[in-house]
Amino acid sequence: MLDESKPLFIAVAEQIEEGILDATYVEDEPVPSTNELAAFLRINPATAGKGLNRLVDAGVLVKRRGVGMFVAPGAVELLRRRRREAFTRTYLVPLLREAARLDIPPHELVQMITKEASR
Amino acid sequence: MNAIEARDLSKHYRDVAAIDEVSISLEENRVHGLLGRNGAGKTTLMKLLTAQIFASSGSMQVLGEDPVENAGVLSRTCFIQESQKYPDGFRPRDVLRIAQKLYPAWDQGLAADLVADFRLPEKRAIRKLSRGQLSAVGIIIGLASRAPLTFFDEPYLGLDAVARRLFFDRLLADYAEHPRTIVLSTHHIDEVSNLLEHVVLLDQGRVMLDEEADALQGAAIEVSGRLAEVEEFTARSEVLHEARIGALATATILTDGETTAAAARAAGLDVAPVSLQNYIVHRTTAAAPAAAR
Repeated sequence: MLDESKPLFIAVAEQIEEGILDATYVEDEPVPSTNELAAFLRINPATAGKGLNRLVDAGVLVKRRGVGMFVAPGAVELLRRRRREAFTRTYLVPLLREAARLDIPPHELVQMITKEASR
Repeated sequence: MNAIEARDLSKHYRDVAAIDEVSISLEENRVHGLLGRNGAGKTTLMKLLTAQIFASSGSMQVLGEDPVENAGVLSRTCFIQESQKYPDGFRPRDVLRIAQKLYPAWDQGLAADLVADFRLPEKRAIRKLSRGQLSAVGIIIGLASRAPLTFFDEPYLGLDAVARRLFFDRLLADYAEHPRTIVLSTHHIDEVSNLLEHVVLLDQGRVMLDEEADALQGAAIEVSGRLAEVEEFTARSEVLHEARIGALATATILTDGETTAAAARAAGLDVAPVSLQNYIVHRTTAAAPAAAR
């Protein structure tokens, strides 16, 4: 369920980010509490809290005293911008490497992408 | 505050050092893993910290005080031993009744819930219980005691998959609501790794590793690909383990933070995470003297 190649608290933060991007969690609405996350993901509450705090530091969540954590206004836009910046490294570079291995030239790759997108 | 503070703690049996100048600090209200192979000294260390045996040298503070003959500390400490002995004729119900009187913070409702969850036959003689049922008795006492400092020594022995998951979930839920210091000593590292915040690894009575669990998670990665490329990439790294098949190779290496995995991917290698359990296996194997191979 969680990406095990990274420290757990980062995987927790990324899972919340996914939830915000696919509108599971909406701006100005609450996200699960530390203990709810811990029980659901079966991890230590401190780790869950660390993941949430990472998102607070990044401006994705806001803490409201005594109430909990909420999705910050503008969080979706913020996350999209950050993900776009990482898109080349995380998706394009591996794609081009595999294409080169299979002798698929870039122009053919473009055709494949266009065809797949129009399906 | 630290729940446990040990300085140069040693325990010698004739010429064998079961615990050899161990210095550790375990912060309060966290879940600590005490790991190591059989005979590494885990149980001996826990017996020292709970004043069941006496140290040969060194000093320790448990819950802020010396635990030796200190009822104030020991009533707030719960040590669930792997090979706990009970008086003849005792039934789980008798043991639980005594535990209730022993621990000031005992929660009888939780104990009753756990007895039902683990399907523990309360009225059967202890000596007729299975190994798993015996472990369940310990787990129930360990959780229901709500002691500020709780040691679990191999709590998983003989438990089936359902009961192991039950222990994990109940421990997590109760710890979340009633934070306290938990020391878990177990060989089932993968089962508890997501619960540990801090890890102490013992080897031959010495502290081999004393780290935050977060730091250990990304401490090693497994890279694989063509032999020449793997060798080139790992030339500058500390290699914990290597395996080859034909022209392909897999190597477990120590990382310098998150950049190592990205660099390996950029070099065209496949990268896989190394679980805490495998990391510890590699570390303890790498440390074994070459002569033992």
